[in-house]
Amino acid sequence: MTPQLIVILLVLAPLLGAAIAGLAGWKIGDKAAMAVTTGLLIFACLLSWVTYGEVIGGHWPARFLVKIAPFIDVGAFRSDWSIRIDSLSVVMLVVVTTVSALVHIYSWGYMAEDEHKPRFFAYLSLFTFFMLALVTAADFMQLFFGWEGVGLASYLLIGFWYKKPSANSAAIKAFVVNRVGDFGFALGIMTVFWAFGTIRFAEIFPQVASHADMVWTFAGRQWPLMDLACALLFVGAMGKSAQFLLHTWLPDAMEGPTPVSALIHAATMVTAGVYMVCLLSPMFEYAPAAKALVVVVGAITALFAATIGLAQNDIKRVIAYSTCSQLGYMFIAAGVGAYQAAMFHLFTHAFFKALLFLGAGAVITAMHHEQDMRAMGGLWRRIPITYAVMLIGTLSITGVGIPFLDIGLSGFYSKDAIINAAFVASPTSGSASFAFVAGVIAAGLTSFYSWRLVFMTFHGHAKWQGHGHGHDAHGGHALEPHDAPWVMLVPLLALAVGATFAGGAFVERFIGPERADFWRGAVFAAPTNHVLDAHHLPAWVALAPLVVTAVGFALAWWAYIRHEGLGAAIAARKGLVWSFLYNKWYFDEIYNAVFVRGAEFLGDLFWKVGDKRLIDGLGPDGVSHLSYAIGRVTGRLQTGYVYHYAFVMLLGVAGLLSFALWAFGR
Amino acid sequence: MTIGLTHYLTVAAILFTIGVLGIFVNRKNVIVILMSIELILLAVNINLVAFSVFLHDVTGQIYALFVLTVAAAEAAVGLAILVTFFRNRGDIAVDDASVMRG
Repeated sequence: MTPQLIVILLVLAPLLGAAIAGLAGWKIGDKAAMAVTTGLLIFACLLSWVTYGEVIGGHWPARFLVKIAPFIDVGAFRSDWSIRIDSLSVVMLVVVTTVSALVHIYSWGYMAEDEHKPRFFAYLSLFTFFMLALVTAADFMQLFFGWEGVGLASYLLIGFWYKKPSANSAAIKAFVVNRVGDFGFALGIMTVFWAFGTIRFAEIFPQVASHADMVWTFAGRQWPLMDLACALLFVGAMGKSAQFLLHTWLPDAMEGPTPVSALIHAATMVTAGVYMVCLLSPMFEYAPAAKALVVVVGAITALFAATIGLAQNDIKRVIAYSTCSQLGYMFIAAGVGAYQAAMFHLFTHAFFKALLFLGAGAVITAMHHEQDMRAMGGLWRRIPITYAVMLIGTLSITGVGIPFLDIGLSGFYSKDAIINAAFVASPTSGSASFAFVAGVIAAGLTSFYSWRLVFMTFHGHAKWQGHGHGHDAHGGHALEPHDAPWVMLVPLLALAVGATFAGGAFVERFIGPERADFWRGAVFAAPTNHVLDAHHLPAWVALAPLVVTAVGFALAWWAYIRHEGLGAAIAARKGLVWSFLYNKWYFDEIYNAVFVRGAEFLGDLFWKVGDKRLIDGLGPDGVSHLSYAIGRVTGRLQTGYVYHYAFVMLLGVAGLLSFALWAFGR
Repeated sequence: MTIGLTHYLTVAAILFTIGVLGIFVNRKNVIVILMSIELILLAVNINLVAFSVFLHDVTGQIYALFVLTVAAAEAAVGLAILVTFFRNRGDIAVDDASVMRG
């Protein structure tokens, strides 16, 4: 098969699966729909690895473009349905299809009792197709298509259990918050088109250097066009990747089924923003102000999401805030110019975060749909395999490793690379110094909340024993947690392998000395950009993340194992800091007061005053009232008494006669 | 005193006025309205005959005969309506007959 055919098959296979399961699922039955989607996804996954091997191995061209069909062709605005293959997109192809295939398999077990399995699998495959369209886009239009498509799939999957009101509102919230980001994204695309006259990456990137000084005069000020475009595009990334201020939808998105959380809200869709910034590295390299914005937003997110994670009790919400925080790390890396490190963290994060989510799903299954960690505890004896993989995921996310030997789990390589890059960029950039400090503190917080999750769930007293967990579906029998079926454990084990070894296996290629051969121009770094080259880091910089991680672990152990109940006691006092963190910095409340109430007020104003009182009052209602009033007044003349009519007739005759006499008598 | 046209016309006018007032002032009985209409027609007839005599033209008298016929027919129809009206409503008071009020 030619490379072109392979990549076309690879991108369209999930769409085919989605179409079959979605349109004919009712006819072919649950098992067939699941088998078709999962089979096609595994097929796409294999093709992705083939593509990866051939492109990275050098058998295929390092970058090529497959044009499938024209999309939009209006004047200079030209866009094609196409597949762009280069190092950046093959990495994403591998990540997306691998995690998606594992999640498809896992869902056989997790969704076994659901009534709408074909719909679920169709949505999952549809999401995968949109994600592949996004990562293989060769112009902004297809990027936007994929961008909106994954948003749609995310909406459908968050609201999958549509009978739950909370799931519906979470889905709507995700969609609406993403609209804010997409507004910025669309404006960014327009700015790019205005500046370059094209939206094709291959035509834009060579022009960037010569257009770097373009300005736009607006409101009496000169705006550097490249900064403006990149900042607007980054607003889109903030929405999709749940960054500070636009993050509120991600924790609520946990209303969806757990495999969805693992695939969409941890491993793939939310990393689309990071991917976009890396893809547009040729533009961002010439937009210093936008890069600083990326760093600051990323650093704030990394820190603040980690603080919220400290106080949450829902096992999935803790991991959701963890995702938010890790995405912040990726943006720190992208913002300081270490795009390769951002992609590397995206790559390793996909493994260990999908592992943590799917592990949490296995815990939730074992606990019969209990998600509150306060009701768990002591589970490690009952579900040892789940415990083991969760432990691996936790060790990986906290970045455990030995700094001077360069041996560790996946998260160790990527997270430390980001913190180091931020440190290297610090002397010349204030935002990078801030990001370095925030990154180190967030690493400690990450360690604390991750170990808190493990300790509360798997260690300590079993809070679920004793009280007979009277679930309607499971009768009144006592809860007996047991490991998940093998169809769920196999994906967990596969991801555990990735979470353990992906970092060490790929570190040289992604960010090490071989990186130029690996990326081959897919990621651009300005000639002055050396954040990944420094090898003379002070020892304390290399040790700092490990030390704060150890401190976080020790504190979590002290508060949740040594003095079990201390955490609960702190929560029970409802102190100021605890309340602030538990209520997620009161973001939902603030947004509710400002935006929701504001929109309601405006809506009320336009509805009650504008429409009802002005338009209806003067228009249809006014006219009808007027004619009604006239009718009532004139109707009063109709007394119904014959003699009144006769009298009026007489008056008429008299009047006519008088007129006749006056007129003809002259 | 010779009785001239003016006297006839005056009598007719008086009769006409009585008839009209009979329609308006009367609030009780539909029969009175019928009688008042007869009075008005009578006044018209007097006018017709008076002018006919004074103008030596017989057309007016023929008209008067027609009016008498119509008046008789009207009285018959009116009384028939009245009887049905009474059967339906059990009453012939004018003030109560206001079904057509707007």
